[in-house]
Amino acid sequence: MQSARADAAARLADMGLPGRRDEYWRWTNPAPFMAEAVPEAGAFRADTPIFADMPKVRLVFTDGVFDAAASDDPRLAGVEIARLADAPQWAGAFYGSLEASGQAPVRRPFAALNTARASDGVMLRVTGRAARPVHISYRQSSDTSEAILHHCVKLEEGAELTLLETGTAAARANLVLEVDVGAGARFHHIRPQGRSHGHRVYSAIFARISAGALFKSFTLSMNGRLTRNEAMIEIVGDNALAHIAGAALGDGADGDFHHDDTVFITHGAEGGESRQVFKKVLRHGATGIFQGKILVQPGAQKTDGYQISQALMLDDLCQFLAKPELEIYADDVKCSHGSTTGAIDETALFYLRSRGVPREEAVSLLVLSFLADAIAEIDDEAIAAEILARLQDWLARHRG
Amino acid sequence: MLEIKNLHVKLQEEEKVILKGVNLHVGAGQVHAIMGPNGSGKSTLSYVLSGREGYEVTAGSATLLGQDLLALDPEERAAAGLFLAFQYPVEIPGVGNMVFLRTALNAQRKARNEPEVSAGEFLKLVREKAKTLKIDAEMLKRPVNVGFSGGEKKRNEILQMAVLEPRMCVLDETDSGLDVDAMKLVADGVNALRDAGRSFLVITHYQRLLDHIAPDVVHIMADGRIIRTGGPDLALEVEKNGYADLLAGVL
Repeated sequence: MQSARADAAARLADMGLPGRRDEYWRWTNPAPFMAEAVPEAGAFRADTPIFADMPKVRLVFTDGVFDAAASDDPRLAGVEIARLADAPQWAGAFYGSLEASGQAPVRRPFAALNTARASDGVMLRVTGRAARPVHISYRQSSDTSEAILHHCVKLEEGAELTLLETGTAAARANLVLEVDVGAGARFHHIRPQGRSHGHRVYSAIFARISAGALFKSFTLSMNGRLTRNEAMIEIVGDNALAHIAGAALGDGADGDFHHDDTVFITHGAEGGESRQVFKKVLRHGATGIFQGKILVQPGAQKTDGYQISQALMLDDLCQFLAKPELEIYADDVKCSHGSTTGAIDETALFYLRSRGVPREEAVSLLVLSFLADAIAEIDDEAIAAEILARLQDWLARHRG
Repeated sequence: MLEIKNLHVKLQEEEKVILKGVNLHVGAGQVHAIMGPNGSGKSTLSYVLSGREGYEVTAGSATLLGQDLLALDPEERAAAGLFLAFQYPVEIPGVGNMVFLRTALNAQRKARNEPEVSAGEFLKLVREKAKTLKIDAEMLKRPVNVGFSGGEKKRNEILQMAVLEPRMCVLDETDSGLDVDAMKLVADGVNALRDAGRSFLVITHYQRLLDHIAPDVVHIMADGRIIRTGGPDLALEVEKNGYADLLAGVL
């Protein structure tokens, strides 16, 4: 573990912190992630608890520190659960390894910084089919807290786990998740990021997906001054599947809203399927960014790569900047990408209103309609219903 | 029921005048048909009545049960009892048919200070209405109009009408794109809703729909005006001779 941290520190020293001239930081200013002082951000108290009645093993982090008293008994059949500080042998070897390999071809300095300095995290080794989801629940008590958390998940062959990650870790947070999905294993990740309006969060997912395995990650972001969600996913075994989706809603009237999804999917094996579905609902001067890449390596034949990024602007003051990229070195592949920016469809709005639905409620229904494709990426119906309820809460608070 | 007086309408963005003084009185329980060639202003009339944006009323009035329709938002018109069956029903992916219909019904009831309908009551109500329209339960679960055939979309419009129970129903070319069997189903649905307290304004190009939905009064519209009004025979006359003779006498 110490050597992994030292290696990461060396990587970071070598690459340096990003600046606005970096290709992948042109649209998002990295300075707030580096500033000495942590800007104030209160906990997001408007939220009703999510996944409250769902069976799960809850692991609570308060201001970035594991809170054993608030957590459930961390024993779950088929899953070994440990803290970063008590990392078992497998984790010692695994920690930082996917982050290190994920540094090429694009540098991820904040992820290296995380590996070097993370103060806590969860190490999960999944050997069977987990009977319940593991729920990492972030709580915040201090308005100026900072958290650097690093989680590792290793799914052995044929294992299955649903990981829920909710709340905001701190006023400023840097969260890294490394996931190794073994052959035939299945990993579901659902991450509703409830934020107050001052939060600044950098997150990075590094995933390696083996033959016949499934990886699905869905993120819901609401509010937050500055969010950068990165995902570096590498398909290394044949016939594997990787889906990553995000729904973001931001209202600039609550304070600045700047939301950036940066995704890099590498197909390094045959018959892989990847999907990127990212939707952003913007109003009152909110800004949305999407940078998504599909790299198909030589020999990764029969790859099916799909990418869509869309913004729904509820007024004329917002902006959405998208950069879809395809880089293909195999000749028998199917890859497509699309990006759209639009306003509420007036015909659909009139249709709903003509049936008696008031304008604001009709707009909310059309927002949900817009986000439906992203939410459809959640396989578990009960989880999807909770995400939908959370969305409806947000929409009810942001009418008019 | 519906009283339209000297209605003049132009496009908001252009100088183009579409309705040039429409007068129409639809009594309670009556079915009126409006026929007319393309571009005569039939669909515009339906949009203006239901409050679609993009039109400017420059003169005249339209009232429903004595209420000034033109002063109301589209949702208020619906709550007041107006319903427009669309020529092209809109697809809304991701919003379930049931969610949509229950939201609409309860919004209308709320606007009228009536108690909202519970999920259980609503389910019972919709199932009952759907059965008579031969709409299967699977269709109710799907997103609004997504993947529906032309006939299913129009039947879905009639289902909405049956659930929302409006007083004044405007059918905008409901027969377009329907085969004979689908048209018959839609007409049966409409006929089942006919009663002394509900009126219909059926806009159509062709007489064939009126074989199934028998009108009390037939109007011929041309160049933004109603140029002739008569009984059901007038529709047969149009079917036989076309609009040319009628128009020649007026324009």
